[in-house]
Amino acid sequence: MKFRSLVSVAALTLAGVAAAGAAQARDQIRIVGSSTVYPFTTAVAEQFGRSGAGKAPVVESTGTGGGMKLFCAGVGTDHPDATNASRRIKKSEFEDCKKNGVADIIELKVGFDGLTVANSKAGPDLNFTKEQIFLALAKEVPGPDGKLVANPYKNWSDIDKALPNEKIEVLGPPPTSGTRDSFLELVMEPGAEKVLADLKKSDAKAFAAAWKTIREDGAYIDAGENDNLIVQKLDANPKAVGIFGYSFLEENAAKIKGAKIDGVEPDFDTIADGKYSVSRPLFVYFKKQHIGVVPGLDKFIAEYVSEKALGEDGYLSRKGLVPLPTDQLAKVRADVEAQKPLAADAGL
Amino acid sequence: MTDIAAPPQGARRFGLSSAEAQARLRRRHAAEARFRAYGIGAIALAAIFLVVLIGDVIVKAMPAFTEYRLTMTVTPTLEQVSSDGTTDPQALRSGDYDAVLRRGLQELFPQVTTRALRRKLNNDLLSSGAAMTLRNRVLADPSAIGQPVTIEALLDDAADLYLKGLMTGRRESVGQGQAQVTLDGEDVVLTSSAPDFARALAEVKESLREEAAADRREAARLTAAAADVAGDQREALQKRIADLEGDAAAAEARAAAADAPERLTADLPSKLVFINGGIVKLTEIGASEARGTVLVPLANTDAVTAGGWDILTLTQPEANRRLDDQVVAWLEDLKQRGMVASHFASRFFTSGDSREPEQAGILGALIGSALTMLVTLVLCLPIGVGAAVYLEEFAPKNRLTDLIEVNINNLAAVPSIVFGLLGLAMFLNFFGLPRSAPLVGGLVLALLVLPTIIIASRAALKSVPPSIREAALGIGASHQQAVFHHVLPLAMPGIMTGTIIGMAHALGETAPLLLIGMVAFIVDVPGSITDAATALPVQIYLWSDLPEPLFQAKTAAAILVLLAFLFIMNGLAILLRRRFERRW
Repeated sequence: MKFRSLVSVAALTLAGVAAAGAAQARDQIRIVGSSTVYPFTTAVAEQFGRSGAGKAPVVESTGTGGGMKLFCAGVGTDHPDATNASRRIKKSEFEDCKKNGVADIIELKVGFDGLTVANSKAGPDLNFTKEQIFLALAKEVPGPDGKLVANPYKNWSDIDKALPNEKIEVLGPPPTSGTRDSFLELVMEPGAEKVLADLKKSDAKAFAAAWKTIREDGAYIDAGENDNLIVQKLDANPKAVGIFGYSFLEENAAKIKGAKIDGVEPDFDTIADGKYSVSRPLFVYFKKQHIGVVPGLDKFIAEYVSEKALGEDGYLSRKGLVPLPTDQLAKVRADVEAQKPLAADAGL
Repeated sequence: MTDIAAPPQGARRFGLSSAEAQARLRRRHAAEARFRAYGIGAIALAAIFLVVLIGDVIVKAMPAFTEYRLTMTVTPTLEQVSSDGTTDPQALRSGDYDAVLRRGLQELFPQVTTRALRRKLNNDLLSSGAAMTLRNRVLADPSAIGQPVTIEALLDDAADLYLKGLMTGRRESVGQGQAQVTLDGEDVVLTSSAPDFARALAEVKESLREEAAADRREAARLTAAAADVAGDQREALQKRIADLEGDAAAAEARAAAADAPERLTADLPSKLVFINGGIVKLTEIGASEARGTVLVPLANTDAVTAGGWDILTLTQPEANRRLDDQVVAWLEDLKQRGMVASHFASRFFTSGDSREPEQAGILGALIGSALTMLVTLVLCLPIGVGAAVYLEEFAPKNRLTDLIEVNINNLAAVPSIVFGLLGLAMFLNFFGLPRSAPLVGGLVLALLVLPTIIIASRAALKSVPPSIREAALGIGASHQQAVFHHVLPLAMPGIMTGTIIGMAHALGETAPLLLIGMVAFIVDVPGSITDAATALPVQIYLWSDLPEPLFQAKTAAAILVLLAFLFIMNGLAILLRRRFERRW
């Protein structure tokens, strides 16, 4: 009977599947973490695989927070060897790691990612201060009497006459995104500090709520995690303004242009030397305990910090990573090669 | 039948010929015609959406199916390609093939001597995959070492995009006049007897005029705004207005002087002149003469007759491109020499993922999806059909089976991410199965699909006429024989349809795969169900989020592959269904 033979084949395969399920030793490096660092770590992983030093590592894109959770869950081949992070490890995460036996963490600062505010080439040249961006995007801003009121600004020119007389329409990352967190910390907080200096002194909690809460009346549009989508929307709508990573501005220079923030244009040099202030450092964290256990991990770290990867003309800078200044890179390289673990008092 | 023969007086008349009846009939016919029109309209609308959607994807995917390659001859030496001087495969694998290619490029452009230019030549023209091609060639045939080898080297993604015309618009115009070439230090001065350069100059002047107009508009807007404010802000505005007015006036003055030479900056469209076998990039343009730098050396400085030279305008200014004019000139030169050509990108179907857009392939994800689907099918078809047969044919009807039925129906509506969480907690953390493996992906998706298959199978079993079952029982078959020999084969088409719907659903899932580690960058093509793998929808999601434009094309191409996979899967199911199908 045809059907019966089909069933028995299925049953056999099922048994095979169950047998193959036993956990096995790992010969492949596993990395988790931030989607912002993902394009860079994957490039290193590929080069590492090509060089013949070992199998190309598996790099998952889980987000910084999710990556930290997996990374800190424990030591051993069931747990990842490294995690990408678009911010520094938090003290709570560090302690969580310690608690689960991840005693020694090697921190590698790989470079910077500029956060850009950009619009279509067909739109006006923009020059914002952080204060103006705060006033345009915060849910509550100081009213005429200094008290917080619901954001009344409809057009950019309502905030400052020098800004274009266009509706405020900003496409940006959703709340779940690490880019959104960075935007809040790098732009909204300093902007709020200027506007709400008194509130900061009198009520720190209310102040934090003020810069952390983005308006929800349609002026700020959650455009999803996909930065290419924002670029496409900007291209189609010259009046809109978008927020995304610098590498997307670089790749799409024919369609969009970056706005100056506090008078500084976002480009490779201004981000590298720190003049453009809206940039964040990117990190990769490694487990020291896995070096020597997972084959090739030390060689992978060496590849990551090598001049041809992280150097000024390295392949990562061609992928849009803004590298560290030479002296900082030398220090990072020395620390990582000495496998110096992150100290508990590193100022996390 | 008296009512037909003689309708009673005063009752409603149903005659078909009365005007009233005719109107009613017309109304009914009109209603039917309207309904048909709605139906056709709905189908046409759906068809238009489908055509637009698929057409858009196909158009966007086209650049991913071709690739430009440079046909070059190189001579690999033993010192370069072997790390220890032997032809041992291990030593050959770690050789420096880039050095071989560098020398090959150097031979193509012997005049490139400065360090910066050489680096550009080595980095911006060829993909890093070219060295892999050469390596595989040498590994396959070590006797080629020391001999000239002709390879088709893959170009870098930016060069590829330029040649496909996706980076900048190109406008070629033939030189109308006789051109004179004179050398002036590093520069070349070109003159033409016809107004070739005057036309180019006019374009520059026009762009100056536009720039000035834009500045004026902005200044006018700010002037209006400045009237409303006071103090520092007003001063800042006025300063800005003065700057804008100044810029506008300067640009207007330059535009007005129709014959005054203009510099071509990186913000203006580039102009390359092809003359005497070389390429000159114009840096300054006048009414009758132009000055430029040499990008590809000229064979001689002889005068050229009309029609013997060309001007190429790249509409996208150099500052907005990833490829600068020097590399463009090299590419144009290679194209003229007939050394670069477009080929079908078979690499896209034969290699795994890569961070270099020109080398990224879909095979890894395709195999990953196929393995995952295999695991899902093998698990959920027997279990699903078994459960359906038992519940429908054998199980007593009581509270417990009712409860099970309600739960199965509810499970079908559970969001897929929940199954991912379940998979993470059970298969990875409890059973210790490997992360990112198609085995776990298949297990999770099987859980997702099971309710669909059970519900569809039960419906299919229910729809088999009771007469079949009763006839089998009537001639002495046992209950089991009746079900397995007669009812189940007849229900098979319906079961297959349910399975197809379930599997198609599973094929497009990404959310549960995120949690079990299949949303990952994996270079190696998986060989078994426990190897790390990713799946087609995940690959689409990952590629769509990368900045390089060629990845957008690959995203669209991957969507087409996913659709093709779906068609093949459904086609197979229909084929199987035909074989099992029995009519009564």
